[in-house]
Amino acid sequence: MTHPYIPNTEPGVRAEMLAAVGARSVEEFYADIPAELRLNRPLDLPAPLVAEQDLVRHMEGLFAKNVAGLSFLGHGSYAHYVPAVCDEVNSRSEFLTAYAGEPYEDHGRFQALFEYVSMMGELLEMDVVNVPTYDGYQASGTAIRMACRYTGRPKVLLSGAIAAEKLSKLRDFLSHDIEMVFAPVAANGEIGEVEIDDTFGAIYLETPNVYGVVETRGKELADLAHANGALLVVSADPISLGVLAPPAAYGADIACGDIQPLGMHPGYGGGHAGYIATQDHEPLVAEFPSRLFGIAPTKVPGEYGFGDVYYDRTSFAHREEGKEWVGTAAALWGITAGVYLALMGPEGMKELGETVLSRTRYAMDALGRHVTVRHRDAVHFREFAIEVPSSGALLDGLRDKGIFGGVALDDRTVLVCVTECHSTDDIDRLAAAVKEVLGA
Amino acid sequence: MSGHGESFAELPVAPKPPLRRFHQARWDEPIIFELSRPGRRGIAVPQAEGPGVELPASVRREHAPKLPEMSQLHVLRHYLRLSQENLGFDLNIDVGQGTCTMKYSPKVNDLFAKATNPLHPHQHEDTVQGVLEIYWRMERMLAEISGMSRVSLQPGSGSAAIYANIAMIRAYHNANGGEHRDQVITTMFSHPSNAACAKTAGYEVITLMPDAEGLPDIEALKAAIGPRTAALMITNPEDTGVFNSRIKEFVDLVHSVGGLACYDQANANGILGITRARDVGFDLCHFNLHKTFSTPHSCGGPAAGACGVAPALEPFLPEPTVDRVEFDGNERFVLKYPEKSVGKIRPFLGVTPNVVRAYAWIMSLGAEGLRQVAETAVLNNNYLMHKILQIPGASVPWNSRHVEQARYSWQQLSEETGVHSEEIGTRAADFGVHYWTSHHPYLVPEPFTLEPTESYAKEDLDEYAAILAHVADEARRDPEFVKGAPYNQTIHKIDMTSLDDPKQWAPTWRAYVRKHLSGQG
Repeated sequence: MTHPYIPNTEPGVRAEMLAAVGARSVEEFYADIPAELRLNRPLDLPAPLVAEQDLVRHMEGLFAKNVAGLSFLGHGSYAHYVPAVCDEVNSRSEFLTAYAGEPYEDHGRFQALFEYVSMMGELLEMDVVNVPTYDGYQASGTAIRMACRYTGRPKVLLSGAIAAEKLSKLRDFLSHDIEMVFAPVAANGEIGEVEIDDTFGAIYLETPNVYGVVETRGKELADLAHANGALLVVSADPISLGVLAPPAAYGADIACGDIQPLGMHPGYGGGHAGYIATQDHEPLVAEFPSRLFGIAPTKVPGEYGFGDVYYDRTSFAHREEGKEWVGTAAALWGITAGVYLALMGPEGMKELGETVLSRTRYAMDALGRHVTVRHRDAVHFREFAIEVPSSGALLDGLRDKGIFGGVALDDRTVLVCVTECHSTDDIDRLAAAVKEVLGA
Repeated sequence: MSGHGESFAELPVAPKPPLRRFHQARWDEPIIFELSRPGRRGIAVPQAEGPGVELPASVRREHAPKLPEMSQLHVLRHYLRLSQENLGFDLNIDVGQGTCTMKYSPKVNDLFAKATNPLHPHQHEDTVQGVLEIYWRMERMLAEISGMSRVSLQPGSGSAAIYANIAMIRAYHNANGGEHRDQVITTMFSHPSNAACAKTAGYEVITLMPDAEGLPDIEALKAAIGPRTAALMITNPEDTGVFNSRIKEFVDLVHSVGGLACYDQANANGILGITRARDVGFDLCHFNLHKTFSTPHSCGGPAAGACGVAPALEPFLPEPTVDRVEFDGNERFVLKYPEKSVGKIRPFLGVTPNVVRAYAWIMSLGAEGLRQVAETAVLNNNYLMHKILQIPGASVPWNSRHVEQARYSWQQLSEETGVHSEEIGTRAADFGVHYWTSHHPYLVPEPFTLEPTESYAKEDLDEYAAILAHVADEARRDPEFVKGAPYNQTIHKIDMTSLDDPKQWAPTWRAYVRKHLSGQG
């Protein structure tokens, strides 16, 4: 049978093509591969499921082994509501299956990504935003590298309130040539008292931080950085920026983060894409490794064309002499986040922020009747930490009741996440279950 | 008499002309900000039931973001129009994106990808046994395909996989007294990320240039290796589509000085089931799941990379791995943390929707199907090459045998007409196809790179070759016409000069408004 995905396996056409080329068999094309490097047996793989319905049955069997629950999981991946239009647009063949065409045949991709970076620019109050990198981890790593290259100082002071997994990435990516110094975490969950000198290239802050705490001393840290000739790099969750001040408003030089909350499903870690933003300051723009798309005129008045801004920075242009590297990353999620921001508009982003703030506070109060809520006086967005006798025992007990209660930060600390998708009934159910599990 | 008026055309309908009369959608769509009308909304948000939270001034947003205000239909319509102004794989004969292995991404696999949507990456292992099993099975299949002992599916793309391999190489040498090894060797026809990732990771990069036959110069390798060699990062076939038959000598030479050999398998599509990385002696390799294993290219990601390693590198794999354990006679899939792991390369386990798609793709083909993929891709390439080389002015540098792709040159045509390769590609787009030239620098003059994967039918290849033949002929008859292209696209020829001028460039709408519209209301 001719495989449905491989039209030229049909013997007639195969013979016709071989005859046209003047080859007796496909083997002739492989003559450069020495015999000792050949695999002289078929690959040992499962028998194929060529009929689509057989494949569907097999995959459904695997997916049936997953279990759903009422989830309060966050800690880097967030189940915000995904508007149907987001999925409609990113499922379109024209976007889903395109790759790297020129600004003519792929005009739509260029415009959609230009619009994404432009809407992010409005949200961030910054003029330069990259075509997405892989994820928020990479965005932070690159933003710190950009600051160190810009200042010529390979040293950074980092907030201590960073997720352990992200820190693992930053250590791998930075520590061979950038010194990483960590700030203490204050009792209220914010960054503690810090000092730097003129050997530091950057201060790196996250808000909301790993405990869901919104950092309130951004301006002070920007002043401290600038007084020492360093930059302030802030990783901010874009979905909070309808209500929270964007990093640029308190003096940050580089903003970065993950756009997964803006219209991407968790997808077991598949929804991530990273943003990096600066003001339009040429020496700092020069440090972006990513592609930047900009408007350019065409022969015809009234037509918008697009192209790469300052391409000459990239590894595409100069291999190892470019800035870090650029390649395929997460463009479709950028387009999707643009759709999300256009649907939400300024009012939607504000209302969403207010709802998340309010429900987070509601959940802190509800759980606070049964457990200790940490950093209770701080401003929280979406997440908060609770102290329990045993993280594992609580989460196991909740799971028995069909609730994924949170993420264990350590043996006694659980991070709880609340979005606009949680009703107060959901939160009450969690609180009641926590009480029951702890009381048992 | 009918109500249709007088006849002006006759049946039967005439045959189609030799070339498609294509025209890309031209909606003349404004920038989205120009569609905004105050007060409109695209989606409603649940309101808070409880009291609002009063934010301190230090963190409160002062000015509402100037996002567009649009109704839902108008957002949808804008983006659907933009989508129509984009040429996806599903709509064109996408053989022109050489090195990128543009192949059919089966629609059924998109359904499997969507099934992962609600799964949270911090869910307890007990609740995600199905997805963990897919990771484990996928790893075993790629281990068999590469000959490697373990495979990490964590990296988000091919370049991220290259970086992950370099991170493992660094960790391996650091753990084995090789901290002094500070050089990475790569080749000019390997992807630029091999050089760029190595540099980012702190290595000095040595690039081998092609020899008289177009293969990486083995004498240059002999001169480059030594006690400072950390690794060789090499593609084979390189982006020229020529298989380097001396590859084992390259690997052995690097091993002879204690370096590691790392195989960029971005171009694996023509050799699946034919030859394997480990059987050549490589210590590490990587695949691009969005190339060889069919996941959609998504306008440039999300993609997925897979890093294969030999046993000596296993302790350094990105964390966590997915392991299978026997438990009371049942199997169970668990997360494990390798003892000397390089740590995280990206969040969580990987780009799960694409891992799932690629798994389903292999399952739909099996061993025999993968072999058919490879052989058909190679047949298609040799057939297309045969057609392209009949076009006056087109050539392939070096008189070599080709596997799955070829890098061609329009040097002769360009010298005769003054028309450059980019311009021919732009004109070809007027017929509903496109091509990519080459990475920089252009070692092959006036390059273009075609990779007709197994997905295309003979008629597709004939049509593609006919389009290039037509454009080459146009270039001879009327070079200025070709240089003025495109004509049948959404937009006309772009003046790119402002994009490199800091005073003029506009990487966002707000920058555009500030630089070019201020004072115009």
